[in-house]
Amino acid sequence: MNKWEAMRFGAIVSIPMMLGNLPFGMIFGSLAVSQGLEPWVPIAMSLLVFAGSSQFVALGLIAAGAPILVIIFTTFVVNLRHLLYSADFMKYVKHLPMPWRAVLAFGLTDETYAATKPYFVNGKLDATTGHWAYLGSFLAFYSMWNLTTLIGVVAGELIPGMSEWGLEFAMVATFLGIITIYLQTLPYWITFIVAGSAALFLYQLPNNLGMLIAALLGVAAGVLVQHLQLRLKAGASDHA
Amino acid sequence: MPDTLSLILMILGMVAVTFSIRFILFARAHRIQLPVWLEEALAYVPVAVLTAIIMPMILMPNKQLDFSWHNPWLLGGLAAFVVGLILRKPLVTIIVGVLVFFGSQFLLT
Repeated sequence: MNKWEAMRFGAIVSIPMMLGNLPFGMIFGSLAVSQGLEPWVPIAMSLLVFAGSSQFVALGLIAAGAPILVIIFTTFVVNLRHLLYSADFMKYVKHLPMPWRAVLAFGLTDETYAATKPYFVNGKLDATTGHWAYLGSFLAFYSMWNLTTLIGVVAGELIPGMSEWGLEFAMVATFLGIITIYLQTLPYWITFIVAGSAALFLYQLPNNLGMLIAALLGVAAGVLVQHLQLRLKAGASDHA
Repeated sequence: MPDTLSLILMILGMVAVTFSIRFILFARAHRIQLPVWLEEALAYVPVAVLTAIIMPMILMPNKQLDFSWHNPWLLGGLAAFVVGLILRKPLVTIIVGVLVFFGSQFLLT
């Protein structure tokens, strides 16, 4: 793969998730204007922040009259999960010059992480092609997120009730499409069950903290079961 | 509604915290070597985070647990989950899930 082929590859593997995400930007744009915000606010957020769930949470907090510092702190907590993604991808960017890393960091989202990660793992992407594919995925999602935000802003002024149609279910379906690919061994199933039930139990915690804690519990449970399995196997072969 | 200056400051603050979180480890990537246990743990991050995001959306669409057959989020989510487990093709999973969701929402209301 040369760099153009890699960029195209990154964009192509992002297509299923882009479809699922399509309504999300539109809901965001239309929700913002139906709340009475001027169009430049959602547009600037999508261009500069580029982090969907925190943008939604910010809208909710603005509507609730929360102070700016609370909104910024909440953004921090909601986006902390990206720290986990960047920890995972460190090994794929460490050979790159700093401006490259800054661009890739700006484009690090749930979607690009989930879309490209499997191909780093199976060796299809490596140190020479990986960052180009990542860039292709980022640019695809970035264009789409900003285009759909714009459409939402326009549509929101024309069709006010759009944000209540349940269009965000598409994101649930998209994430299920990714999750089910991983659910092939016991530790991943345990992660799924623990993270899922903890997220329900901890839902009442403020600032989406419950989501973050549930995710960490899920990771811990997966690792624990993986190690128990290894120990059981080692024990079994000792007796054989 | 906050005034224009407050909104600008809010957006700049959101940009600053979001980019810092995403960049801080990348900026030091050539100097940090993660311990093996942490590398292992990170493999579980996608499933853990995505599950934690969607479970409340599926089972608590109105902020409280709803396991009933009148919950289109649950029906659509179950359909997507089953199709995903059998076929493992994200595009098909998304399409089936969305169709069942909107179909049941249409039939139930």
